Amino acid sequence: MQLKRALRVWQRNFKVYTKLYKSSLALNFVEPVLYLAALGLGLGTFVKEVEGIPYINFIAPGIIASSAMFAAAYECTYGTYVRMFYQKTFDAILATPVNIDDLIAGELIWGASKSMLYGTIIIAVISAFGLVSSPLILTAVPVLFLSGLIFAEISMIFVAIVPGIDSFNYFYTLFLTPMFLFSGIFFPVDTLPPLVSKIAFFTPLYHLVNVCRSAALGKLQGSLWDIAWLFFVAVILAPYTFRLMRKRLVQ
Amino acid sequence: MVTVYAKDLTKDYKSLRAVDHIDFEISSAECFGFLGPNGAGKTTVMRMIYCFLPVTSGELKVVGLDVADHQSEIKSRTGVMPQENNLDPDLSVFENLIIYARYFDIPKKVSSVRAWELLDFVELREKAKVNIKDLSGGMRQRLLLARSLINNPEILILDEPTTGLDPHSRHAVWEKMDYMKAKGTTLILTTHYMEEAEKLCDRVAIMDAGKIVAIDSPANLMTRHGGNLEAVYLELTGRHLAA
Repeated sequence: MQLKRALRVWQRNFKVYTKLYKSSLALNFVEPVLYLAALGLGLGTFVKEVEGIPYINFIAPGIIASSAMFAAAYECTYGTYVRMFYQKTFDAILATPVNIDDLIAGELIWGASKSMLYGTIIIAVISAFGLVSSPLILTAVPVLFLSGLIFAEISMIFVAIVPGIDSFNYFYTLFLTPMFLFSGIFFPVDTLPPLVSKIAFFTPLYHLVNVCRSAALGKLQGSLWDIAWLFFVAVILAPYTFRLMRKRLVQ
Repeated sequence: MVTVYAKDLTKDYKSLRAVDHIDFEISSAECFGFLGPNGAGKTTVMRMIYCFLPVTSGELKVVGLDVADHQSEIKSRTGVMPQENNLDPDLSVFENLIIYARYFDIPKKVSSVRAWELLDFVELREKAKVNIKDLSGGMRQRLLLARSLINNPEILILDEPTTGLDPHSRHAVWEKMDYMKAKGTTLILTTHYMEEAEKLCDRVAIMDAGKIVAIDSPANLMTRHGGNLEAVYLELTGRHLAA
């Protein structure tokens, strides 16, 4: 793999994104803001405080994490699949000096970048609403890239093994949505039965939520372990992503 | 000089043998055609030449380099016009060329001059800003040809370059290929049109079920076996060529 050639793939995706961003960017941050309004303001009337924090302030950092997760997941499931299967963009790229590993790396880095971008937008939005108490929230930005890489890897592993684009429904319904609901965004996971909270520990979103929440409260040292977890998982998933995608792309 | 050298080349897809122990050599500046019906293995051979598919067994060298170890180098010196349209539908005609050039590390200054030249070459200058989906089939084919030339390739690989085109567009593509040949580019094409092979190719390899059954100039084949290439094909394989 050569980083320069991977960046060529990144640049292609970025170019297309800058042409289409008006429609997709709006859609991607309207939804998190709706969650924040409905749950933070609506449910927040009944649930005053969680762990000593006003409810809306409690969930806001979690929304950063979930937006970042969904951004990478959409990009590296539907986006990657369309480029690979319907548009044959990968076939075109692979006829140039860009090789298969460069292409996979470019897609992953792009997914992670988009994840970081969308998470950062939510940071700006919730900060504007005064829901963040520390400027240290900015330290979460590079972590969003790291976790974005994990979500991109998991998504591309799915791309490599699904028989068709409809199968992504399973990925969203059985994997992403449960993670979204049970990773500590809306309530602390230790309020759940011990088994469920143990499962949460093995999901990347849980750790990202911890990082975002600690950063928003200015207590980053509390989440160093979570960052280490994310780093470790991003590294171990990489060879599987490459191996499975290579197998999918080359017969 | 030998540009492509294949010895005992074989390609298997799971249980299917697509290319079955074939030998051939393609010389520099030659126009070489693979002739055969769909499923004969033509496209598979092409895809191995431009390092898209790994070789199962045998030897395959392009510009003297083994395809297994020098993919980027070989691909940087090759242009590929694929069978299927794989233009980038999210980009305009001009952007398709510029972004493709970037994969070859061609700087924007150079590639934009080159892109305009190529758009003139394929008569698409006035379509530069148009979306791909608003191009006719013939225009897309011409743009694919232009894109395959963005890196000034020594070898141009054309996989059924005129399939599905009307006679006018087909002649337009042939004209461009003639020009590239006169420039000294090695042309490798697959086709199931006899007229195309007779008109353009110095030599053709007749393929049937993954094997090469004959390699020679169209003229020699026709003298030896009588009639046109269609008749030659029928005699050699017992099958009709027209797909």
